[in-house]
This record gives sequence, structure tokens and C-alpha cells, in this order.
Amino acid sequence: MPTILSVANLSKTYAPRPPRQAAFEALKNVNLDIQRGEIFALLGPNGAGKTTLISIVCGIVTASSGKVTVDGFDNVTQYREARSRIGLVPQELHTDAFESVWKTISFSRGLWGLPPNPAHIEKVMRDLSLWDKKDNRVMTLSGGMKRRLMIAKALAHEPNILFLDEPTAGVDVELRKDMWNLVRGLRASGVTIILTTHYIQEAEEMADRVGIITKGELILVEQKAALMEKLGSKQLALHLASKLDAIPASLSAYKLSLAAGGTDLVYEYDTKGERTGITALLQDVAAAGIRFKDVETKESSLEEIFVGLLREPRP
Amino acid sequence: MTAAMNVQAVKSIYRFEMSRWFRTVGQSVLSPVISTSLYFIVFGAAIGSLMQDIGGVAYGSFLVPGLVMLMLLTQSVSNASFGIYFPKFTGTIYEILSAPVSFVEIVLGYVGAAATKSVLLGFIIMATATLFVPVEIQHPLWMLTFLVLTALTFSLLGFIIGIWADGFEKLSLVPTLIITPLTFLGGSFYSIEMLPEPWQTLTLFNPVVYLISGFRWSFYGISDVGVGVSLGMTLFFLGLCLAVVARIFATGYRLKS
Repeated sequence: MPTILSVANLSKTYAPRPPRQAAFEALKNVNLDIQRGEIFALLGPNGAGKTTLISIVCGIVTASSGKVTVDGFDNVTQYREARSRIGLVPQELHTDAFESVWKTISFSRGLWGLPPNPAHIEKVMRDLSLWDKKDNRVMTLSGGMKRRLMIAKALAHEPNILFLDEPTAGVDVELRKDMWNLVRGLRASGVTIILTTHYIQEAEEMADRVGIITKGELILVEQKAALMEKLGSKQLALHLASKLDAIPASLSAYKLSLAAGGTDLVYEYDTKGERTGITALLQDVAAAGIRFKDVETKESSLEEIFVGLLREPRP
Repeated sequence: MTAAMNVQAVKSIYRFEMSRWFRTVGQSVLSPVISTSLYFIVFGAAIGSLMQDIGGVAYGSFLVPGLVMLMLLTQSVSNASFGIYFPKFTGTIYEILSAPVSFVEIVLGYVGAAATKSVLLGFIIMATATLFVPVEIQHPLWMLTFLVLTALTFSLLGFIIGIWADGFEKLSLVPTLIITPLTFLGGSFYSIEMLPEPWQTLTLFNPVVYLISGFRWSFYGISDVGVGVSLGMTLFFLGLCLAVVARIFATGYRLKS
């Protein structure tokens, strides 16, 4: 797939604000290419640099060094072309309190230089279940509705690339599912989506590729499936017929642990290895006189991989 | 959207700002009209009858251009500063900064709307004045020129203040501490010829003197300083404000980190 967004050697150091704040290096030489039509999830703990990265791409924050190209256009020297392709849904709910929902959304379309198109605005509002509220003042909307409004504003100008900065932070389950459906629908219509999230489950559910950022460094970019295969481990749980107090010495060569109060024998193995050792284990378990009534395998989740990666000491 | 100018964006910002004004039209129009009326009642009708004519113009009528200017300056500054400060305060500025708009378009939208409001208000105050005193406009085109140029200049100044301010108190600091005193001391209520020296010379350093003098000349043909000088100074302040705004956007001062 061709690249739609390219970030090269991007760094950002926020100037010091004496006496309270020292200079802060928010991004360190970040390189990233986003493919047209993909859903890319940028994962990272608070303060990792996710929002700074997005803000630089969108023109809200000035980079200290590096280059951003949007669909071939430099986002500084050709900012009109670059920005006209991007829709941004920021993390915070920044809205005009006193205007109507309809006017607020229409304003965004105009700001992007597009002629009025009430049919498109209506479609966006209906897709986001905002149509009933079109004449309401923004201040009367609930938090969830305001979140929908922020998305509607970004979609009002028909972007090719949509940035969703923590789109489901603090929203209920129903709205989260609605958003996931919306994102899938947008991707189907050809929109490239970059989302940042705390919720690993969200990335696991939605993303084609995952980038992990921590302390301003993009430490990993990988296809989600490949990442889970490469870094994930698998567990084989044997549900035992009778409780075991300790692992027999004859099985000490295996990476085993007891769980569920001694009724589960858990074997952890590497999916990358040529041999998993399962056959030998099962033979040795039988030879040790241990009987089991059921077998279960479990893959590690993206969350476990993520936590593992962040714990790893960086060189 | 790759046109040389994003006209839609200018229109959108302008309309959005004007609709904000119309939403609070009572507050936006009534309070300046009421305070101007009070000035006319106190200085025009009550005290004015005891005052001598100035340059052959009755004191009540003499006040009109000065009062229009007083309102024009304070309202331009407060409208424009609030217009840009509010999106900064609520955070909605993110959208303006991430939109494919140039600083010229942002300024045209915000400052254009603020100046429009001030000019409309200027007309409303002039109309109010005619209820109290006779008003004559000898040079209507020049009157309009001074009105529009001053509204633009001070709306630009307000825009700069709105960007500079990082709290509501700063928003009112400059109008209260600088604009209002300069206007009061700039000949709104008197001709500077009435001042003793050295105040008469010192007053010439007050930029508002030139605005009021030129504006009053367009009404009654009397002025404290030459009309050409007034116009030149007005254009100079306009250019100065434009240069500061251009610098703000070039550096991202208080807008981008």
C-alpha cells in the first residue's frame, strides 16, 4: 500500500518555562510511515508523546526538527494541501458552548474551505446519532454526545486521514462500540485512521498495525498480528483430575507453574520456537502419573505484550 | 482546497463571530448606547448649556465625534480581543490552527467581524446623538474613512491583546489602563487648544488625539491637528498593528508551542 503520511526524524523539545518547568524533550527522532487506508494504533502511556506527534502533524505544535509529509505535501511549506486532507478529533472536549450543534459542525466544513453541503452534514450527524440534537446548544449535550460532535466536526470536511486522539476515553460501552463501527465504516470508505489509545483492547480490536511510543521514542511499529505472534507467548493449561501440591522433580526441565490452587498445571511455551515441547511434556506428565481431564491453550494479549515491552530496559 | 485564498474560511469565521454578536445583541448594543446617552444627558444637556461654543460649534454637538470615537475604540478592542481569546480559553483554537487557513484569513475573519460590529455601533451612537443634539456631517466620505480605519486599527489591537492575554484580567487591563485614559485625554470632551502648556504639546504624543481630531473635522470642519496628519497617523497605527499581527503568526507567539 502506498504511504499517505510520512514522519521523518521528528523531534520536539518544549521550551523551558522558568521557574516551574524545565525544557522537555517530548519526541526523539521519530520515523513513521502510515499506509493509505489502514487503521494504525499508537499506543503509549501518559506523557509518551502521542498527542505531541499528532499535534505536529496537524499544525498545532511546531516541530523542533524533522519533516512531515501528508499525501506528498510538506505540512509546513504546503500546509494548505496537507491540512485539507486531515481531520482531527482531539482528546479534550473543546467545544463552543453557546452555538447550535448544526452551526458548529457547518463551521468546521467552512473553515476547511469547502462549500456548504447540508446533505453531507446531515449524513455525518445521522451516522453519529446527533441528528435529534441538531438545534440544541452545544452546552446542553452530554459528554458522550460532545465526543460525537467532535468527530462530526472532523468528518464535516471529508478528510482522507482521520486522527482520533483517545476517542473512547471516558465513554460508555455502547458509545465505544458505536465508535468502533464508525471507524470500520470510515476505513471501508477509504479513510486512513490513526488512533491513540490507552485501551489496548481497542487497538487489538481495531488496528491493522500498532506503534508503541514511550518517553518520546517510537520503540516498535509492527503489524498487529505479527506483533502478537512474534512477541506473544502461549500457555497450555492442563486441568488436573486431582490437586497437586508441588511440581514433580521429573518435570523440572519444563517451564511449569501451578495455578487454580494446584488443580491447573500451566506450561508456557514460545510460539516462535521450532519445537514447542508439548508432545514430550504430555508424555512426561503421563509417565509421572498425573492425570488430567481437560486441556486449554491461551495466547498472550496485546496488553501483556505492551506491558512487557514497556518494562524492558531501553539501551 | 488549494486556492490561493480560503474565502470560505474567512466567511465562516466572520459569520460565526457576527452570530455571536447577534446572540448577545442586547448586551452588545444596549450598554454602549445607554452609556453614550448618559454622556449626552450629563455633558450635553446639563453641563453643556453652560459651556462656550468651541470653534463655532455648540458643546453638545462638539462632543458627538469624540463620544463615537470613545465607544469605537473601546468596543473594537473588547470585541476583537474577546473574539480570539475565547477560542484560546475554551480550547477550540485547535481547529483554527489545524485548518488550511493562513493568518491573513484568520485576521480577516476575526478582525473584519469585530470592525464591522464597531462601525455598526458607531452609526447607532450617531443616530442616538441626533436625539439629543444637532449633528452635522460636512465630509461624509471622510467620516466613513476615519470610522472604518479606526475600527480596523483598534480591532487589530484588540486581536493582539486577545492573543497576548492569558487570563480574563489581562483582557481588560489594556482597555482600562491605556485605551480609556488615552481617549479621555485625547480630546473626546475638549479641544486640545483649551489645555495649558506643557500639556498641549504632551498631548500630541497621544495617538488618539489624531483619530479624534480627523474624525471631528469630518463632522464640523474644525480640527486640532491637520487632517493629513490625522490620516497619516491613523494609517501608521494600522500598519504597526498589522506588522505585529504578522509577527505573531510568523512566530506562533502564544498560539503554538
